Amino acid sequence: MKLFKIRGGVHPDDRKLLSAGRPIEDLDLPPLLHIPLQQHIGALATPVVRRGQKVAKGQLLANSQGMISAPVHAPTSGRIVGIGSYPAHHASGLNVRTISLQPDGEDRWSEDIRGEVDPFALDPGEIAARVAAAGIVGMGGATFPSAVKLNLRKRYRLHTLVINGAECEPYLTCDDRLMRERSDEVLDGARIIAHALGVSKILVGIENNKPEAQAAIAEAARIFPSIRVARLPIRYPMGSEKHLVQTLVGRETPARGLTADIGVVVHNPATAFAVHEALRYGRPLVSRVMTNSGGAIRRPSNLRVPLGTPIQHLIDHCGGFTVKPARLISGGPMMGQPLPSTRVPTVKGANGLLALTEEETRQGETMPCIRCASCVTACPCGLLPVEMAAHARAGDLEGAVKLGLMDCIGCGSCAYVCPSNIPLTQYFNYAKGEMAARGRAKQKQTETKRLIEARSARMEAIKKAKQEAMAKRKREAAAQKAAQAAAETGKQQVLEDAAA
Amino acid sequence: MNNAWLVAGPYAHERSSVARTMGLVMLALAPATLFGLVQFAWPAIFLIAVTLITALIAEAACLRIAGKPVRPFLTDGSAVLSGWLLAMTLPPWAPWWIGVVGSLIAIVVAKQIFGGIGQNLFNPAMVARVSLLISFPVEMTRFVAPEPIFSAHAPGILQGLAITFGGAQASTLVDASTGATVLGHMRTELGQGLAAPQILADSFSALRGTLGTTSGSMGETSALLILLGGLFLLYKRVISWQIPVAMLGTIALAATLMHLLDPEHFSGPVYHLLSGATFLGAFFIATDLVTSPVSARGQALFGAGCGLLVFVIRSWTSYPEGVAFAVMLMNATTPLIDHWMRPRVYGRDRKGAPLEYGDDAEKAS
Repeated sequence: MKLFKIRGGVHPDDRKLLSAGRPIEDLDLPPLLHIPLQQHIGALATPVVRRGQKVAKGQLLANSQGMISAPVHAPTSGRIVGIGSYPAHHASGLNVRTISLQPDGEDRWSEDIRGEVDPFALDPGEIAARVAAAGIVGMGGATFPSAVKLNLRKRYRLHTLVINGAECEPYLTCDDRLMRERSDEVLDGARIIAHALGVSKILVGIENNKPEAQAAIAEAARIFPSIRVARLPIRYPMGSEKHLVQTLVGRETPARGLTADIGVVVHNPATAFAVHEALRYGRPLVSRVMTNSGGAIRRPSNLRVPLGTPIQHLIDHCGGFTVKPARLISGGPMMGQPLPSTRVPTVKGANGLLALTEEETRQGETMPCIRCASCVTACPCGLLPVEMAAHARAGDLEGAVKLGLMDCIGCGSCAYVCPSNIPLTQYFNYAKGEMAARGRAKQKQTETKRLIEARSARMEAIKKAKQEAMAKRKREAAAQKAAQAAAETGKQQVLEDAAA
Repeated sequence: MNNAWLVAGPYAHERSSVARTMGLVMLALAPATLFGLVQFAWPAIFLIAVTLITALIAEAACLRIAGKPVRPFLTDGSAVLSGWLLAMTLPPWAPWWIGVVGSLIAIVVAKQIFGGIGQNLFNPAMVARVSLLISFPVEMTRFVAPEPIFSAHAPGILQGLAITFGGAQASTLVDASTGATVLGHMRTELGQGLAAPQILADSFSALRGTLGTTSGSMGETSALLILLGGLFLLYKRVISWQIPVAMLGTIALAATLMHLLDPEHFSGPVYHLLSGATFLGAFFIATDLVTSPVSARGQALFGAGCGLLVFVIRSWTSYPEGVAFAVMLMNATTPLIDHWMRPRVYGRDRKGAPLEYGDDAEKAS
């Protein structure tokens, strides 16, 4: 099929051979699971279990809160040993509300779990509801609740579902393995999603460094004329949703908009697989495939990991470290985040755990910018990272925003190529965070102002009402007095008349 | 400047560094430089050595005074490259102090006073060359015909020392003919009322201009070897094609146009492309990373501006060659070009408004 060119991008050493040949293994259960109640973008889930309670695999542990949220389920059967704070799967190392579960070793599914024989007979809204109830979020790392995306048909005119199997981050092979080993299930999930979205056309985009996955999906798609495999050129960030869609349909997503604006919705293969499991078997999202790789890992592997497994357990399974890693990364090396410790649990959005050596990270000394424009050439969004960083560095965030800071997708291509090792992504993340904080502060300010104004208006109204009531009472009293006086005189008159 | 505190990725990096970039440029310069050194013999070798050493010492001294770490900046190769580029544009038998003064101007005045690497508005080598040309017009325009090293007429080591350091006039020592450059010859003869084609027939040969066996500055005579280096830089993506192509294209276009209008006074494009510092300027001077625009369209405009100015200066001013002036003038416009010529942002039109599609979204696929 015809593909369209995107601008910029880089060609990092993909290092996928470390783990690409390793089939997905089921990871054994750790002694204790720590299941965070925030594994998604949106509101924290609220626990519905008590300490000491026995739960079955797949049983609801915490319910979603509000429109954008996701529930959390028991990854195995066992006993709830605690509901409290535990270090989050996040660079900050801060704690998050977490349910701790001690597996009983039986791994017994809940009896309430029931699949659907024909998901295509279901109403699209019902599919979205079940996906929401299964706690499925975007598993490429964005962790946006998938059901919200399934409901986009209500507001947009959609025509295509894209399954994003680009997996352009170096090292990661979990989507590759999943597409190779479970191609039928991935496509079934994709078809269910397409049904929910009300679109018939499905494109599965896979980069050319995964010929086996391309072949497996193409083979599985032979009986479905609506599904096509797009063989994508190898280039980071091909897996960026907006750039993938541009490659496939030749259109850019309007700034600040969604791909749905041009009729396309994008889902990850692992998400499609989770949808398949949820609809066909009724199984909620309780495990995911992760790539455990990097130069410091003894045996790089692809593992199906129960959510909540401490990452130390994965490392142990892979034979531990060969050397002390310079960096422990969740996700890929380009956009992943460093992990503060190996105690943190596995979460829904974690597609990789990388232990990188000094040689692999190659973080050199930062030198002054030599304006070589490599970052300008590399930027897939047509921005000027060199100028944006200069503004951000000088504290002129508005200037950086004017140059397109908010159009930056944070892919890190600029920092990757920078010969001066300038931490461009760091500047932009800081500036974006600061702008968001300012936005919140400003909103708070206007909200406070509005409330104060409303209050004084209310007070004014009350005062006025009181005054009016007082005046009214006064008037009434005066009127009564007058009436009384009149009555008195009347009485007098009558008496006088009588006397006369 | 350790990055251990960094939280944001990427945690991978291309094999690139400032030193590598500078090293690639030097590698690209090497063939033309070696050729220049061979054909202008020992005086040229001494001059480039003096120029490079002065550049390094000046850089180290400035870094020390500014309180910056000396080692990482001295080893990034930028000072050597500035000195090198300057030496390429000097008359090969110029006295030693031309190299010293030039390097001091390039490093101290044009680079370090502006704030060091990456901060200079003007190309340091060109600032130095223009300053020298204006201050010492005699020394800066005394060219010699090439006398390849070890050839009969070439000066030996001692004679070379005498020429570079002893203030000896070349003609008194060796049998070398002091040859004007093709551009200089053209300027003089045109001034005496001769017609361009006639002068060209006497002094210019396209083949010699391509190979570089003509009199001229140390490293700018061989268009072929400079082109080779330039293509290497393009292949290595150190420079992009916009500046050289736009600059050479504009010179060729302007020269063709004027030649067709008035062949008596204007020579054709081949003459302009193969003489003077045209190729060196297009591939190594105008493309200087620090002082040229960052966007592709900006670079094209910058290159075209350089080309036009080169032609204008050569044709209508009192200087026979204009690459240095042209590049410096365009350097001054770089901030403006960068401000106005930005790439189009993804998802936005040229004016910066979000893209709007009609109601035909579903037809798109």
